[in-house]
Amino acid sequence: MATKLGTPARPEGLSNEEILRYSRHLIMPEVGMEGQLKLKNARVLLIGTGGLGAPLGLYLAAAGVGHLGLLDFDVVDFTNLQRQVTFGSSDVGKPKTEAARTRLSNLNPDIQIQTFATKLTSENALEIFKDFDVVVDGTDNFPTRYLVNDACVLLGKPNVYGSIFRFEGQATIFGMPDGPCYRCLYPEPPPPGLVPSCAEGGVLGVLPGIVGSIQAMETIKLIIGRGRNLTGRLLLFDALEMNFREFKLRKNPKCPMCGAHRSIHQLIDYFEFCGVRGEEAPAPDLKVPEILPRELKARLDRGDDLFILDVREPHEYQICNLQGHLIPLGELARRVHELDSSREIVAHCRSGKRSAEAVDFLRKAGFRKIQNLRGGILAWSDEVDSTVPKY
Amino acid sequence: MAVKVVIPTPLRAHAGGKTAAEFSATTVQEALNKLTAEFAELRRHLYTNEGKLRSFVNVYVNGEDIRYLSQENTPTQDGDTINIIPSIAGGTQ
Repeated sequence: MATKLGTPARPEGLSNEEILRYSRHLIMPEVGMEGQLKLKNARVLLIGTGGLGAPLGLYLAAAGVGHLGLLDFDVVDFTNLQRQVTFGSSDVGKPKTEAARTRLSNLNPDIQIQTFATKLTSENALEIFKDFDVVVDGTDNFPTRYLVNDACVLLGKPNVYGSIFRFEGQATIFGMPDGPCYRCLYPEPPPPGLVPSCAEGGVLGVLPGIVGSIQAMETIKLIIGRGRNLTGRLLLFDALEMNFREFKLRKNPKCPMCGAHRSIHQLIDYFEFCGVRGEEAPAPDLKVPEILPRELKARLDRGDDLFILDVREPHEYQICNLQGHLIPLGELARRVHELDSSREIVAHCRSGKRSAEAVDFLRKAGFRKIQNLRGGILAWSDEVDSTVPKY
Repeated sequence: MAVKVVIPTPLRAHAGGKTAAEFSATTVQEALNKLTAEFAELRRHLYTNEGKLRSFVNVYVNGEDIRYLSQENTPTQDGDTINIIPSIAGGTQ
């Protein structure tokens, strides 16, 4: 069967070189020639080539999945190297799909790699998914997770799901014929701003390595048809406690997407569904008085009597600080007596969001001479003092 | 022995960093009420303004989703474990 890419039909067996490459698979009765051929003929699409996509790409390529699709619109960022182990320092700035392709084809030149350096949208999802057998969700935002789910249910494709937050991970398989879908578990997304992203919450670098490897394992088991897969089970991993817990996932008979009387028959506007417009979930816009970093610097140089309030966490203060008085935002209500409302106060945090909340809170508490440092210490580093490290 | 409520990672900051709390409770409702009474900040993460359990938060008793038991009226007894599982999305960034 010729593929869309015009490549010739795949040969029936394995070459001598392939037999040698996969010998450790072949000598296991659970895989054998039959299993390895199934892997060779499998077409797997990875949505996201980041933290989860890294072990996924590496292990699926190593295992000999014959056709790997890699979808990611992003470029490699320096901060990615803490966990996205397909990339190296020399890849910073390159499109992720290209850097991943280079790494994976070096690992296994025999497989076909198809890249989609594009955003996944309601307009292209069905077209992209339809030529693959299995979709693996390694994305990082709620709108895309619902999009991947819905497209998989509409096309009848299994969705190998994994997600992470700081040091906790989840894994399961959605979209199997009698199994639940993502909406059975989470009918509605959280409102934007309520669940932080990795950039805001942080993530232990190894965590996506573990969860992504579990996803790779489940994908392989699905392809070779062995073992008991995670359909109908939510695997919850707590890295700090180092334990795995399992929860039953049931197919919701009233699920609007996959239930008997489903009401959703096509892809929707997922950003609207999740209450988000644009790429990121913006925090509610707080209108508070602001001061720009350069203005603050000028006033401090002039000798103005300003009280700098830092509302970050102690471990952030240790990274860098403006020698402000530290009251973490969560403690502000309790410690407001430490502040003198007769003095002029400038509040700051890392990027200006938390300090905007602090200024809003203090103004409502009666403070009149208070401003938010726009852009936080990040902007201070950019615009005033580049020796201050960014993080 | 009481009912153990396991607090998930994304919500631990709102529960003074605790990973779990124990209460004596005869229903899930009672246990969660005691939880949000002790940690007021958890209230808005778990419940809407109208007092309904948020639908992106799933509650399990001994591994079973309460939506398929008796919702918040699901009975609990000493030794039971309640898990709260909110949706998380991190993966690439």
